Amino acid sequence: MSAAAPVTAAASDLLLVEGVSVALDGRPILTDVSFRVAAGEFTGLIGSNGVGKTTLLRVILGLLTPSSGHVLVAGAPRSRRNPLIGYVPQQATLDPDMPVRARDLVGLGIDGHRAGLPLPSAKRRGQIDEMLAAVGATHIGDARVGNLSGGEQQRILIAHALISRPRLLLLDEPLANLDISSEQEIIELLSRIAREQRIAVLISTHDMNPLLPVMDRIVYVARGKVASGPTSEVVTTEALSRLYGHHVDVINVHDRVLVVAGRDDATVRHAGRDRIVELV
Amino acid sequence: MFSGFMLNAWAAGTIVAVVAGVVGFFTVLRGAAFAAHALPNGAFAGAAAAGLAGVNAVLGLGVFSLLGALTIATLGRRVRQDVATALVIVMMLGLGALFLSMTTEYAPQLFSLLFGEILGVSSAELLPTLALAVVCIAAVLLLYRPLLLSSVLPEAAAARGVSPARVQFAFLVVIALATTTAVPVVGALLIFSLLIAPAAAASSFTSNPAAAMMLSVLIALATVWSALALAYALDLPIGFFVGVLGAIAYGAGRLWAGLRVTRRRAPPADLDAWRPRTLIEPTE
Repeated sequence: MSAAAPVTAAASDLLLVEGVSVALDGRPILTDVSFRVAAGEFTGLIGSNGVGKTTLLRVILGLLTPSSGHVLVAGAPRSRRNPLIGYVPQQATLDPDMPVRARDLVGLGIDGHRAGLPLPSAKRRGQIDEMLAAVGATHIGDARVGNLSGGEQQRILIAHALISRPRLLLLDEPLANLDISSEQEIIELLSRIAREQRIAVLISTHDMNPLLPVMDRIVYVARGKVASGPTSEVVTTEALSRLYGHHVDVINVHDRVLVVAGRDDATVRHAGRDRIVELV
Repeated sequence: MFSGFMLNAWAAGTIVAVVAGVVGFFTVLRGAAFAAHALPNGAFAGAAAAGLAGVNAVLGLGVFSLLGALTIATLGRRVRQDVATALVIVMMLGLGALFLSMTTEYAPQLFSLLFGEILGVSSAELLPTLALAVVCIAAVLLLYRPLLLSSVLPEAAAARGVSPARVQFAFLVVIALATTTAVPVVGALLIFSLLIAPAAAASSFTSNPAAAMMLSVLIALATVWSALALAYALDLPIGFFVGVLGAIAYGAGRLWAGLRVTRRRAPPADLDAWRPRTLIEPTE
């Protein structure tokens, strides 16, 4: 589970990231990152803003070439437009002036890369209706996407990513800007998708706390490196101190985990930045 | 009103309105209004160059608007898109001024490119205009889905192999085609108005993108036809009516949109409703 130890491939791995290093404009962002994700697993990609989570997702998507290391998706080298991967980008600002309905966005998940107009067919419509129902968005199918709430937009984006039936679902900060109840709904939905459809879900977020009840595995990013493994092994004072390169304390408060820099209690290093303010 | 030179004006105006309605839909959706302003105005330099070289003005318009599109797309990958667009329009207008100063010909014909000469369209010009319009509309329909996807969710489009940079370049070429089609007929200033106002108005009336595109064409047609009729009847400039009617259509759209805002309650998610056609098995 440590950052340096090589990750051994298992047959059930849907995603295998091995020794990946990335530098942008000569600045190293990620160094020797290795981890794996299995089918049906719910994995949290945890790290503070700007630590390289989006960069890592872009590498997995094949949009960015790492300077070393490799990525295997279902045993094959990554490629652009991999039908095995569904992607929910960081909450785009969906302009309310855009004449685009939720169902149009979901439909583009089927054939958005193809030329021409989408020809209306009962099959296509049925597929979209099923997908809307699956994410609990039937009632907003005909609504303009820009007028939907943050949580509703996330459901539509998840439907857009899932309708092509990927086996790996990547989500970039899907919980940012959501109120607590929407956050819980989206997590519950994603966790059910992982369990019931055997889809591997990899979700990036800066706050691990909302994911703790459902996360099977954690990939914790700090200082360009990762620690990965079962949550109980990674979110410990020892493992995270090793990752950060100095002493940090992992504190449990009211079922929440706080990662606090050891020497200076006032500095909340990472998770629960908002929450410690409430607690102090 | 429906004879002689007016007949040609009706035909040319109709062709241009359809092009403007279709291309305008994506211009507004992508927030590309500045490029839609820059290319028609900058292409004026091409017409001036054509005058110098003694070739057809449409050829000059086509070459310069395509060069402008290429420059905006290439430069826009390195610097901000609006800065790239501004630099291109300034550069092209500068060139236009130079070419105009070098030509010994009388220049009003070139200036008519800014305001159009819809009443002066000859029968011989109609066919090339129609041909260009068909190519332009076919290009938009071919690009429809990738354009829509990359306009709404550029990152998700990229992940599906639809490169936002390539889509942007393709769309700038479409604007260049629309420019070449429309500028000789309605001029650089009116095509700008026709690209923006009908599409922006249509977006307020419907949330269905295909319907909005069709409505955009209908509003553009209504604008051009009414402007022609009013200009003929009242002997006032067509440009005045195109501008004002466009603004009125947009205002009506906003009013309509303001009057209806709907929202409903959420039922729970139902994963069972989503029956996978190919069951996803765990890899062993």
